[in-house]
Amino acid sequence: MNDQLLSVILTIITAATPLLLAAIGELVVERSGVLNLGVEGMMAVGAVSGFGAALMTGNPYVGVLAALVAGAALSLLFGFLTLTMVSNQVATGLALALLGLGISGLMGESFVGQPGVHLERLHIPGLSEIPILGPILFGQDFLVYLSLAIIALVSFVLFRTKAGLIIRAVGDSHQSAHALGYSVIGVRYLCVMFGGACSGLAGGYLSLAYTPQWVENMTAGRGWIALALVVFSSWLPWRILAGAYLFGTITVMGFSLQAYGIGIPSQLLSSLPYVVTILVLVLISRNRALMRANTPACLGQPFVPDR
Amino acid sequence: MRLVLEKRAEASTRMAYLSPIIAIALTLITGGIIFALRGLNPFTALYVFFVEPLTTSWSIEQLIVKATPLAMIGAGLAVSCLANVWNIGAEGQLTAGAILGSAIPVFFPDFQSPMTLVLMLSLGVIGGMAYGAIPAFLKNRFGTNEILTSLMLVYVIQLVLDWLVRGPWRDPKGYNFPKTIAFSDWQMLPQFKLIPDSIGPIYINLGAIFAVIAVIALAFMMGRTLKGFELRVQGVAPRAGRFAGFSRERTVWFCFLLSGGLAGLAGICEVMSTVGQLQPGISPGYGFTAIIVAFLGRLNPVGALLAAFALAISYLGGESAQVALGISDKTARVFQGILLFYILACDSLILYRLKFLRSTPKLAEGGA
Amino acid sequence: MKKWMAMAVALALGASAGAAQAADKLKACWIYVGPVGDFGYSYQHDQGRKAVEKALGDKVETAFLENVAEGPDAERAIERFAREGCKIIFTTSFGFMDPTIKVAAKYPDVKFEHATGYKKADNVSIYNARFYEGRYVMGQIAAKMSKTGTAGYIVSFPIPEVVMGINAFMLGAQSVNPDFKVKIIWVNSWYDPGKEADAAKVLLGQGADILVQHTDSTAALQVAEEQGKLGFGQSSDMIKFAPKAQLSANTDDWDPYYVARVQAVLDGTWKSEDTWGGMKDGMVVLAPFTNMPDDVKKMAEDSVAKIKSGELQPFMGPITKQDGTVVGEAGKPLPDGELLGMNYYIKGVDDKLPQ
Repeated sequence: MNDQLLSVILTIITAATPLLLAAIGELVVERSGVLNLGVEGMMAVGAVSGFGAALMTGNPYVGVLAALVAGAALSLLFGFLTLTMVSNQVATGLALALLGLGISGLMGESFVGQPGVHLERLHIPGLSEIPILGPILFGQDFLVYLSLAIIALVSFVLFRTKAGLIIRAVGDSHQSAHALGYSVIGVRYLCVMFGGACSGLAGGYLSLAYTPQWVENMTAGRGWIALALVVFSSWLPWRILAGAYLFGTITVMGFSLQAYGIGIPSQLLSSLPYVVTILVLVLISRNRALMRANTPACLGQPFVPDR
Repeated sequence: MRLVLEKRAEASTRMAYLSPIIAIALTLITGGIIFALRGLNPFTALYVFFVEPLTTSWSIEQLIVKATPLAMIGAGLAVSCLANVWNIGAEGQLTAGAILGSAIPVFFPDFQSPMTLVLMLSLGVIGGMAYGAIPAFLKNRFGTNEILTSLMLVYVIQLVLDWLVRGPWRDPKGYNFPKTIAFSDWQMLPQFKLIPDSIGPIYINLGAIFAVIAVIALAFMMGRTLKGFELRVQGVAPRAGRFAGFSRERTVWFCFLLSGGLAGLAGICEVMSTVGQLQPGISPGYGFTAIIVAFLGRLNPVGALLAAFALAISYLGGESAQVALGISDKTARVFQGILLFYILACDSLILYRLKFLRSTPKLAEGGA
Repeated sequence: MKKWMAMAVALALGASAGAAQAADKLKACWIYVGPVGDFGYSYQHDQGRKAVEKALGDKVETAFLENVAEGPDAERAIERFAREGCKIIFTTSFGFMDPTIKVAAKYPDVKFEHATGYKKADNVSIYNARFYEGRYVMGQIAAKMSKTGTAGYIVSFPIPEVVMGINAFMLGAQSVNPDFKVKIIWVNSWYDPGKEADAAKVLLGQGADILVQHTDSTAALQVAEEQGKLGFGQSSDMIKFAPKAQLSANTDDWDPYYVARVQAVLDGTWKSEDTWGGMKDGMVVLAPFTNMPDDVKKMAEDSVAKIKSGELQPFMGPITKQDGTVVGEAGKPLPDGELLGMNYYIKGVDDKLPQ
């Protein structure tokens, strides 16, 4: 029984990590008032770049770095269009998703059918062998720890530092932030790139740790779920953690129930995560004051300084 | 030196017409370079991509088939987005419409009367509206973000469809494959000859006519009626809208029912024309592509119609390029993405003027 | 005016000359439901296309469309090929069945080949592989190799093809160990590496020590490899992904069939046929038996030989269904029609078939 529990928990952690990474990046982007719906595309490009770089160098950490850079690079394109050229963010994001999936397919043509380089799990003699807790606390790959660190860091920066104050100011009222002398566009560029880098990392996690391989469309819609998680979290970093793990738990529990031979239509189980997300969202948003306090007021609105 | 945009005093009418031309020119140049890099003759490639889809009556027919659902949904979403109501779940409403409308052939396969079509189409619209009503209700009642709920509901209804065609609605004689019985002739949309044999012939189905009617009706509503004015005010200046006594709740309902109903209509029309039965895959993401269509069309119903054709050309061109030039589906998709980027970027030039600044203005640093 | 006329005629002639030149070569075309880069189902079909190019050289030219969704786009894609002068068109997914029949009626001179369906026409052949033969042998191997007596089975959708595979696997396993158990997870996707990996981990966590899949990615095998368990590959030989875990793989080899069918068009001998090829036709090939002791390997090889000779029929009647009713006559294999519509589990499968 303990083994089963452990395996379920470990599975949940792996399933939740890519969602977590992509969502926390997007949270920062949205906090700065920008809506980038192209997460799926950036993840795909991150996945293929990470896989390719790791394969060529044999070093998974180079792969992680490449995934990060590739995601950020693609988001820069989005930034240029929406921030400099003030194009519509929703449409540009959707186009970015399309473009990213296409680019990743092109880049990955020669990687199909090649076993990749695996990002190994941490192993601390003694600690990692503690029953249950050992493998969970001390036996993950480093991106799992990094994803948690990023959550903590984002939470700290957003709410405890001046930089965070500026980001939130830019997202809540870009006119006032501009009047105060902050570069709205500059801040947004940085946030968009941070989001891109996180999406890239999420993709890299897929192709290096989750399922070390490259196949087309391997992101399989996780970018969209990440977007949902941001709203689910009502733009609070720690809730991303809760949301991503909840989502992973429901998916994995659905599988567990099936394997026990419980005759529920599998479509019903597959739809559970979405239904639960909607329900939780309804519960959260009933608290209107909280929602209003956290929703970036300028989300999706273009900014052009008046001269 | 850096590039900045400066707001024009008023929208440039010249740029409104020039911007698509600039975008297409830039796409042609970029595309030509990409094709040349892949070792293809850029001129042939571009011809295949953009011109060939317009050269035969068959491909024009296909173009209309492809553009129909995009225009229908896109026009509804254009109105909705303009009023700041974000319906990202048109794909789900499309599916809901297709399911509800298909109930007639599934439960009453022998019901043959002029009412069959009317019933199926109406149920399609009702299905889309009902499914669109869920995010609208949640938004108004609980303030739940409609982008998220409408998107989540897409996945849910697709699984419902999957369950239906694999379970209760499955064709009993279909070897257990996931599909309903095939619709009979009288359950399919009638076709009309648009252009006579001497030139074409080009056939269109009833769905295309619905799309055109929807576009005209919405264009009229937005331009000539108080409702249109109300929606536009709510989009541009929500506060002003409130002072004018426009109800935000009513707008949310209106937009979701309108765009959901049109998506549902598009769904049932697809099932009643190109697919001919209910099955797990009834739409290659028309509901999502229609969002791009709405924005490409500058949130104007007529613009959405044009944008639907532009996207349809790029799809069909992508296919013919795959066949004629042997490029992959990926190249076609990248190319499509680039085209969209250019169009979106160039549209900004209508409201803004490009300017190169020599250095960052010092003034901003000091603050106000 | 005359000059223009002359030019138009010259252009028209030039165009038709070009068409005539192209007609020297036979154009064979393929439509895939997924990307050729899936390293699974569509990838294997594309390998078949390449085999045709290689075998028939400059007598043919080929073309393909990938990622064609089963739905509104399918008919157009097929018709496009027919219009572009393809003489034989392979539509490689079940969902292309009705569109193929529709287009075929419009283009009687073009030959169509539809995979995994059941509707034929004068110019439409159907073909499929008896994947269940491979799965029977996999069941035998699993029953020999498993320590816990339980296999984990990851599946996509409850269509007859997949249900047939589960049953064949269990029949094979029961022939070795009558009490063999299987745990089943439906992931509702042909292709989502992440979900397949999650399902694999859950199955291993619940005591299965051998993984079987009817989904396309290598993810489940990689999980088995990582946890020191065993598994089988699907569609392609996945040994590179799991050198210590893969016992064998149920691969589809379309090469011989495609070459033969295109050759038949070249020779003018093409007829509408119904091909359901198995191991003896070379359509179903089990990848080399690895990571198992010699006696198990010997048993597997024997079974393969017996299936090829027809001595061993996986679905030999009578067969007891899960609910206790019996199908098939004693001593006779179940008829193909029964297999193609299979929507029940056999006795011993401890799961409820999604309806």
